[in-house]
Amino acid sequence: MSTSLLLLVVIALLYTAGIYLVLDRSLTRVLLGVLVLGNATNLLVISAGGPFGAAALVGRAPEPAMSDALVQALVLTAIVITLGVAAFLLSIIHRTWTLDREDDLTEDTEDRSVRRRLASGEQVDEDELDTTGCEATSDTDDERARSAAAGGGS
Amino acid sequence: MNPASTLVESLMPLTVLLPLLGAGAALVLAGRPTLQRVVSVGVLVAVVAISAFLVAGAADGPRVVTLGSWPAPLGITLVADQLSTIMLLTSMTVTLLVLLYAIGQGTSDDDSRTPVSIFHPTYLVLTAGVANAFLSGDLFNLYVGFEVLLMASYVLLTLGGTRSRVRAGLTYVVVNVLSSLVFLIGIALVYAAVGTLNLAQISTRMATVPPGVQLAIHLVLLTAFGIKAAVFPLSAWLPDSYPTAAAPVTAVFAGLLTKVGVYSIIRTQTLLFPDDVVTRDILMVAALATMVIGALGAIAQEDIKRVLSFTLVSHIGYMIFGVALATPAGVGAAIFYVVHHITVQATLFCVAGLVERVGGSTSMTRLAGLAAASPVLAVLYFVPAVNLGGIPPLSGFIGKLGLVEAGVQDGSVLAWLLVGGAVLTSLLTLYAMAKVWVLAFWRPVDQLPAGEPADDDEGRYPQLIGSGRPRPGASGAGSAAYSGDFLGAPSALTSRRLPVALPRVMTAATAGLVAAGLAITVLAGPLYTLTDRAGTDLVARTPYISAVFAQTVDHRVTR
Repeated sequence: MSTSLLLLVVIALLYTAGIYLVLDRSLTRVLLGVLVLGNATNLLVISAGGPFGAAALVGRAPEPAMSDALVQALVLTAIVITLGVAAFLLSIIHRTWTLDREDDLTEDTEDRSVRRRLASGEQVDEDELDTTGCEATSDTDDERARSAAAGGGS
Repeated sequence: MNPASTLVESLMPLTVLLPLLGAGAALVLAGRPTLQRVVSVGVLVAVVAISAFLVAGAADGPRVVTLGSWPAPLGITLVADQLSTIMLLTSMTVTLLVLLYAIGQGTSDDDSRTPVSIFHPTYLVLTAGVANAFLSGDLFNLYVGFEVLLMASYVLLTLGGTRSRVRAGLTYVVVNVLSSLVFLIGIALVYAAVGTLNLAQISTRMATVPPGVQLAIHLVLLTAFGIKAAVFPLSAWLPDSYPTAAAPVTAVFAGLLTKVGVYSIIRTQTLLFPDDVVTRDILMVAALATMVIGALGAIAQEDIKRVLSFTLVSHIGYMIFGVALATPAGVGAAIFYVVHHITVQATLFCVAGLVERVGGSTSMTRLAGLAAASPVLAVLYFVPAVNLGGIPPLSGFIGKLGLVEAGVQDGSVLAWLLVGGAVLTSLLTLYAMAKVWVLAFWRPVDQLPAGEPADDDEGRYPQLIGSGRPRPGASGAGSAAYSGDFLGAPSALTSRRLPVALPRVMTAATAGLVAAGLAITVLAGPLYTLTDRAGTDLVARTPYISAVFAQTVDHRVTR
């Protein structure tokens, strides 16, 4: 199967950018990352259909010369799904904004409670440490980052 | 074609269609709660009946429907073989009982904070997605089924939009969106490699693909399904997101969502890549890690819902173990274990909801004396908890015994390691369950740690809300009121025993789930032969493939 090299390069770039964005703590950037990754995957699905041909409309071109119509149908479905998910993510990000006035992923409080119990010397072995969730980073880091961002913007 | 088999085949799409139509009807009836409940219960009863019929129909071979009679690569195929129908019947029964539980909670709460008008339609959409995933004979349709159930689950998990649910929901949504993207990448790779997405066609064409490419595709698919099934390195999202949701939502999630992932892993391993030895070893190691680490996590927790979430992760390991063995006995035992685990785990989360109602909390630091306060609740907890721990003669023991036997038959070093791990996990689970029992149910109320300054002064949940960033006015009486409000629960059982009566419908639904779990034990003989045959058919592969091909050829001839 042959496919377009340009498309592959674009896909690779989009994946790189998408993964970079998804790893951010800012939720809006995570959403953007999801969108970029979604588009990269859609392009990947399109390129899985083989070389480009004529439009897949009956009567316009002989059948062997047409592009694969199936991948286009798949991508349409995938785009619709990504749109729905993006809308939901946007609404939930808006909700966190109205609740907390912040756009960051917050710490896992249950992890902190387990850690607090450990610190207070309850008989919990080390290998029972809860390994889920994110590290509790200090708030000062965030504050510094935010003031830096604000300073850059003004 | 005889009339009985055409009846089976025409009923098959209804398991997806009915819940979707019911969801629409429930949305239209949003203003009329009673009618809405009648519709959703009616739809689910019908789906359970159809599923039971399908189990009987698929007993002598997989049933295939090509929707709209489009031939295989273009059209969508629905396949009901023994695995799908058993999963379908179990999950739909649990879904129905949990719906009754939710209705009971809604009526006894009388609580305007839960938007019931959204709950019922979304719940039915979730059901449709699950049914579609189980019956799909097409990889992309499986993806669509996943997306349908995930979209519904996003809404259900963040129901009410409270702070903790939104926080947990965010993790859940982002993780699942990413896993879906990985799945889509897998689909693109499969299509690029073999030019079809029909599962039966993929399985016959995959043999011609170079082994390296096969392995790459296989690993991409396994990563996607592993996230959804919460297999160890990919399981961290689950205990963070499930416990915050409403009790019936958590129950149905615990019962169904991870099991759809397990189902997909079973299909991938048996149908698409049956000869892959490398991933089998990877799955074995992952299963061992999932079991042991999940069980250790369960012991470390102090909240009952979180304990249950960790045991959920831990017991996914058992199913993966069976699948990784790839012998008829292993796969059959894994399917039996899935059936057992769907029921038991959903029951336990329902019981946790009842505990929250009676005790005002699910934190073991604040619960005591529940056995004396409510003996019925104690029995409802005890039976599934012991079942989960694998005490004979309950179904958990039978499933674990089957898996251990299959592991011993396999005889490799890894398999023996897993047998040891399985037994150890069983003990650890029992320990976690017994810890809940001793602390929350048996401990006399006056032995509650009176101090607990950090937990009692500020209250546990306000802390959870505040999450390190104190807001003005978020302390004292205001925060206590908020915690009660946000949990929809009565004030906590601290030093006095509250005479909270068990809500009748919720208790009945939970008792129904416990009874379903016991029924699996009583009917273990016939059920085990059924799952064993399903395992044999899956490993043999030919029944599935020839049924699908017969159907597509059939249609081409009639054209």
